[in-house]
Amino acid sequence: MQPVTHLHSRTAVLADENIDTDRIIPARFLTTTTREGLGRLCFHDWRYQADGADNPAFPLNRPEARGCAILVAGRNFGCGSSREHAPWALLDYGIRAVLCSEIADIFRGNALKNGLLAIVIDEPEHRWLLRHPGIELAIDVREQFIALPDGGRIRFALEPFARHCLLHGVDQLGYLLQNETAIAHYEQQEQAA
Amino acid sequence: MSARTLFEKIWDAHVVAAETADTPAILYVDLHLVHEVTSPQAFSELRARGLKLRRPDRMLATLDHSTPTLPANADGSRPYASAEAQAQVAQLEANCREFGVELHGWDSAERGIVHVIGPELGATQPGMTIVCGDSHTSTHGAFGALAFGIGTTEVGHVMATQCLLQRRPKTMAIHVDGQLPAGVGAKDLILHIIGSIGVDGGTGHVLEYRGAAIEALSMDERMTVCNMSIEAGARAGLIAPDETTFAWLKGRPRVPQGAAWDAAVTQWRALKSDDGARYDREVRIDAAAVKPTVTYGTHPGMAIALDAPVPAATNAQERRALDYMRSQPGQPMQGTPVDVVFIGSCTNSRLSDLREVARVLRGRHVAAGVRMLVVPGSEAVRRDAEREGLHRVFLAAGAEWRVPGCSMCIAMNGDLAQPGQLVVSTSNRNFEGRQGKGARTVLASPATAAASAIAGCIADPREYLVEVAA
Repeated sequence: MQPVTHLHSRTAVLADENIDTDRIIPARFLTTTTREGLGRLCFHDWRYQADGADNPAFPLNRPEARGCAILVAGRNFGCGSSREHAPWALLDYGIRAVLCSEIADIFRGNALKNGLLAIVIDEPEHRWLLRHPGIELAIDVREQFIALPDGGRIRFALEPFARHCLLHGVDQLGYLLQNETAIAHYEQQEQAA
Repeated sequence: MSARTLFEKIWDAHVVAAETADTPAILYVDLHLVHEVTSPQAFSELRARGLKLRRPDRMLATLDHSTPTLPANADGSRPYASAEAQAQVAQLEANCREFGVELHGWDSAERGIVHVIGPELGATQPGMTIVCGDSHTSTHGAFGALAFGIGTTEVGHVMATQCLLQRRPKTMAIHVDGQLPAGVGAKDLILHIIGSIGVDGGTGHVLEYRGAAIEALSMDERMTVCNMSIEAGARAGLIAPDETTFAWLKGRPRVPQGAAWDAAVTQWRALKSDDGARYDREVRIDAAAVKPTVTYGTHPGMAIALDAPVPAATNAQERRALDYMRSQPGQPMQGTPVDVVFIGSCTNSRLSDLREVARVLRGRHVAAGVRMLVVPGSEAVRRDAEREGLHRVFLAAGAEWRVPGCSMCIAMNGDLAQPGQLVVSTSNRNFEGRQGKGARTVLASPATAAASAIAGCIADPREYLVEVAA
């Protein structure tokens, strides 16, 4: 994973609550055996009309939302399945951060492991961001704040290990493999029990 | 040692390295279940890094999501929905051969939905940690195992190290007091619970279901309850193992036998929350107040008794959900015309579910214009059902009897509903488009689904549980 320290972008807003992983990427596209190229399928059934043309009612299809890397989404984003195809599709689509007052557990874990900043913020700030799409934000992962255009800051909590991995591009599998001695010891004790 | 919850006992027994302020715990995984959809990228990662599986003996693979549920063609080929689906299945077969993983594939008499066959084989046991790249892994919590879904990156972690990096979740007790009324089952109960605590009510928590109504449930019913823990956003669901659990597991292929069985049961009896153990949150549910329950919106938390009026939308999201479902505020879901009825999924595809459906269908016929699919959860369920003649009841009623798999629950194998069609489904998710683009899903119990198939509209199963002479 490449280090992720800062992100600067305008925001796009999907205000719906409980945007589930089937809406992020419908299950019928999960027959893939790779993780690449899923951006064109991201939000597929919401984003396209039946004839394949862009759906003008999908907020991210509006001209002002194009190129926005920060998504402000309604509460409980990413609920539903454990498919890592959801963060893969979002990243390939160009989303680098999701800001929300609550993010589903499995999705959040999957996102952070792929360098997608799944960041939980407090409700008042979340409500404000939902009402102000297109605002310029700068996310500082090290210092754990989001800078607003007027100089204000939104602080956020981030699990320390996830933060460390983002900042340094740490490979979590590599980290686990370094614990081979402890794992082998556990297995020996378990066998003896 | 101070009083501990069931969750804490299982967690503590699997900590390889304790969590610190800076690092999560390293948690050992006893059983890793694998299917074709969420594993290929993990196998590829291992191959790219030159890594082996640490414990292939602790893995169990099956084919379920992308597999057709129509029988094989005359030439032995399978009617896959796409070449990509076929290639995905072939890739798991090849990966299991290359890496030495036990696969219950097309030639296995035990193939089936991953969360159905794990328990059937006795691979699922009390006190274990169990993971799978599938959110409904919570099903196995019915046996007092800590079981949860993981992403594909974590699937790779478990393959290479048999471990996961995890922060300890919070705990929530769901006390279900009293007794479920006649004609009301486990599916009604869990829909009622999710409707009560909300679709995100369990986020960050492991739920422990307890109380008289839970203890009275069969293993199949406990699996239905734990299966849908994720639909409340929970990390996992747990039920303490008891005599019901031990009797169900005894003699299954992978459980200890003889003296080792007795020793295991002795250990398993300690797997319950101690008196005085503290939970981060506690909720009480009155079983007697639960009615046949269905969903009316586009997530499982939008659930009400089928004779209760659909609540008015309170925000744009709820309005969108009601519009999509064409649900009418103030009107009950009962009486809504039905196009498709689906019996199946890791929530409700076990023998007792099929018996319940047959009880309602026997001597009756599916309403004109309604399509009904019955998809057993595994080859073992299919065999048992056919031995009892249940398939003849389904076929005589005008339903389709299929080959095991996830089928229309996730609708990625070609089994799907058409845009606008209303599906009464025994599965676990009613998200927009879940059962086909534009399809409208109403989650329900097997009895409610079967009654609705006969009535042609959402119907109260209690009116049909009186048997008719065939």
